[in-house]
Amino acid sequence: MQLDWPILSVLVWLPVAAGVLLLLVGERGLAVGRWIALAASLATFAISVLLWREFDSRTASMQFFEQQPWIGAFNAWYTLGVDGISMPLIVLTTFITPLVVIAGWTAIEKRPTQYFAAFLILEGLMIGVFAALDAMLFYVLWEAMLIPMFVIIGVWGGPRRVYATVKFFLYTFLGSVLMLVALIYMYLKGGSYSIADLQALPLSMREQVLIFTAFLVAFAVKVPMWPVHTWLPDAHVEAPTGGSVILAAIMLKMGGYGFLRFSLPMTPDAARELDWLLITLSLTAVVYIGFVALVQQDMKKLIAYSSIAHMGFVTLGAFIAFEIVRATGQVQGAAMGLDGAMVQMISHGLVSGALFLCIGVLYDRMHSRQIADYGGVINTMPIFGAFMVLFAMANAGLPGTSGFVGEFLVILAAFKANFWYAFLAAVTLILGAAYTLWLVKRVVFGPVGNDRVAQLQDLNGRESLVLGVLAVAVLALGLWPAPLLDVMRPTIEQLVQQMMMTKL
Amino acid sequence: MNPASITRLDLVLAAPELFVLAATCVVLLVDLFLTERTRWLTFVLSLLTLAGASWLTTVTGFSERTVGWHGTYVADPLSSLLKIVAYGAVAVAFLYGHGYLQVRRILKGEYYVLGLFALLGIMVLVSANSLVTLYLGVELLALSLYALVAFNRESGIAAEAAIKYFVLGSIASGALLYGMSIIYGVTGSLELGVISNAALQMPAGQIGLLFGLAFIVVGVAFKFGAVPFHTWVPDVYHGAPTPVTLFLAAAPKLGSFALAFRLLAEGLGAVHATGWQDMITMVAVLSIIVGNVVAIAQTNIKRMLAYSTISHVGFILLGILAGTSQGYSAALYYTITYVIMSVGGFGMVILLSRKGFEADSLEDFKGLNARNPWFAAVMLMLMFSMAGVPPFVGFWAKLAVIQAVLNVGSLWLAIVAVALSVVGAYYYLRVVKLMYFDEPTDEAALQGGGGAMRIVLSLNGLAVLALGLYPGLLLELCARVIP
Repeated sequence: MQLDWPILSVLVWLPVAAGVLLLLVGERGLAVGRWIALAASLATFAISVLLWREFDSRTASMQFFEQQPWIGAFNAWYTLGVDGISMPLIVLTTFITPLVVIAGWTAIEKRPTQYFAAFLILEGLMIGVFAALDAMLFYVLWEAMLIPMFVIIGVWGGPRRVYATVKFFLYTFLGSVLMLVALIYMYLKGGSYSIADLQALPLSMREQVLIFTAFLVAFAVKVPMWPVHTWLPDAHVEAPTGGSVILAAIMLKMGGYGFLRFSLPMTPDAARELDWLLITLSLTAVVYIGFVALVQQDMKKLIAYSSIAHMGFVTLGAFIAFEIVRATGQVQGAAMGLDGAMVQMISHGLVSGALFLCIGVLYDRMHSRQIADYGGVINTMPIFGAFMVLFAMANAGLPGTSGFVGEFLVILAAFKANFWYAFLAAVTLILGAAYTLWLVKRVVFGPVGNDRVAQLQDLNGRESLVLGVLAVAVLALGLWPAPLLDVMRPTIEQLVQQMMMTKL
Repeated sequence: MNPASITRLDLVLAAPELFVLAATCVVLLVDLFLTERTRWLTFVLSLLTLAGASWLTTVTGFSERTVGWHGTYVADPLSSLLKIVAYGAVAVAFLYGHGYLQVRRILKGEYYVLGLFALLGIMVLVSANSLVTLYLGVELLALSLYALVAFNRESGIAAEAAIKYFVLGSIASGALLYGMSIIYGVTGSLELGVISNAALQMPAGQIGLLFGLAFIVVGVAFKFGAVPFHTWVPDVYHGAPTPVTLFLAAAPKLGSFALAFRLLAEGLGAVHATGWQDMITMVAVLSIIVGNVVAIAQTNIKRMLAYSTISHVGFILLGILAGTSQGYSAALYYTITYVIMSVGGFGMVILLSRKGFEADSLEDFKGLNARNPWFAAVMLMLMFSMAGVPPFVGFWAKLAVIQAVLNVGSLWLAIVAVALSVVGAYYYLRVVKLMYFDEPTDEAALQGGGGAMRIVLSLNGLAVLALGLYPGLLLELCARVIP
């Protein structure tokens, strides 16, 4: 599909331009600044809806393709385009950002225009990461994205924010520089940074293993996978609500996207050879981190660990395909795990974002994230309680919510490969239910915990709007995931073919 | 040399140098008759000198390598580019320094005169085609810098820095000269082209050549400030008045690059693989490690930037040690971007300082975002650029160098370089942390520097972003001027 105007460039640069405008407006123009932020993020969302509408879901090829020369000396191009994997992630990004802006409307007291500006710039860069078809452009945006996030956690975060944000930055930076070395290596070999060319570049097994490892470090940190996940709980706990939402809903998806766009198609043989490693790490994340989540005292930390466990499903779904082919000898079923991984990414974006917003609602009122400080919130905040229970159920994977679809597909795919994989993966359903419902029980239900809880005000209109929109999305995706699956299908089928081909 | 044998070509070839020499003498003389109130004239004349030199360099620019003055002098696209960047760096240093010196009543004409002589040294250096010319440039530059460092007579710490710099610098110059004399003895010529041919004829591992080479590498490493010849860098950067530090950190690095390129690549390229590659590898890796690690422990921003310079020098040397034209152009690109970032960084220190207060402690950057969001953003861009985070220009410089290193098959060097740039990111992040995450302890409005400086400093920060978003032109320029 092709429009006569560069829709993807607009999607990338409109929020960035609005962010810069906000910085120029400065703190004195807060009254206008807020509305600029809201208008820009809503306009971006509207454009992305248009992108979805015009998207042709019958083809796996890149759509809305744009190409401009960029750096002749490195043969790097400004190339944008989307397929069935990146388009839903872009829509997720543009969907979440206005909610973050609304959620921060009055909650941010310190330099609010800079806060909104940081989120808008971040939004543009994240859309760019999903839309970039040139590895150098991808890398530049991937790294540039760290800067606004670093500032968001560091300026508007909690007491240990400096530690958390520096850890976040250095972890992800270290992960990415190895990816850079791998990309340069492939460029020197093939003479191009175009992702399509890199996917077609023949590589020996040894090269593939090294490149795969470099990518693994970069993406595993971002996902994050056990054992390089330790930055995430810190970052989440210290980040302001909006930062946690973006981090959980979108930034973690970059890792999953990286596996699908880089690791699997560029180094298929190494991925096939090393899939046991990824499956082991994913299952460890799912089971072990599930137990870790169970014992958390801090609500944000609990959701952070639950995010790690849920992202374990994404990596499991992505790499289980090789095992399915090995076990069944046919390619048809292999796509199921990838389908599940993609649905899980979108669903986790909605659910974890919503849960962080719920915790933000409580935190704004009580200035505490400790589970022990709450109890019986439903008595004073019935509407909030209803939302919280819904999102908790979605997090636990209740059928009818979006959380169910992704986990179910991945577990089903795991069954095709190996009973024990599926067994371990299914453990998460129990664990997930345990830690989420226990959280809900302790925070929402029961008798009113203390005087401060007794004085809580229920959701105001703005908060209800944000959570309501997310609730609709979670239910819609849970009840009727077909539109999403249809959009992805051709791209995932093509990806499976690429994975099964050898590049040796 | 018989004066009659100077041709017209020779004069055209050296026109910028001759002009700068003459103009500097005029500045020196005019300054004698000026009082403190009319000293702005010196400043203006110095800037005019730089403008005139840029014009001359542009119009006499040689698109091909042209040798004159009996083979001792060369003009090529590389020398034109380096000279023009040097004019810019010196002009910015003069501009940033003007207000600072005026407020402290140490605005002496010598600052400009010595600065212009140092520039002349750089120009001679970048156009040198023989060992003697090279040495002449090195010494003219070094002597001017020694004096510049000591130029605030009241300051004990500056005098100490100048003495350290002078003593160590003289030893290094001695080593360089000794190495040159041995190379002359072995190859029988002072001219770089002849040396290059002679070295090609010699068997690999010719002991005299390697012996001389070792001393030359010592000299080059010292001028760059690379480990283990770096000990002067933090003390001098710290002790010198900030405008001098700014001067020192910018344009002379272009001279050092030229010194390395002319001597090692053009003169002794034949012993690259069998001689200096390993030596430079060691120096480069050590510089990157020591620079980045020790910078973490600094509390003074001038010292921190000094160690950061050492690590940047390590990256420049990485490009040089690749020994390919890709590597040299990457190193050149790195040097130019480093100069842009470095003048910006020290410019910020000047901007934050005011009369009776030196903003040279890291703590002085606390809460800058609350005091002045725009210049906090400029510093943020400079810091992330130095750390090598895209989309700023420092990233492309590191990328170019790493690409050059990978292209000659040194995977481990590339990995060491990127891993240590992560270590380096830590101390740059700390500056951002102080500016953005902490509340100001010092609420005074920024006073350092006048309107012109603020505009140029803003442009300086934007250049880091603009060159990072669209690095193509400068990269291609750097690739084109290296044969």
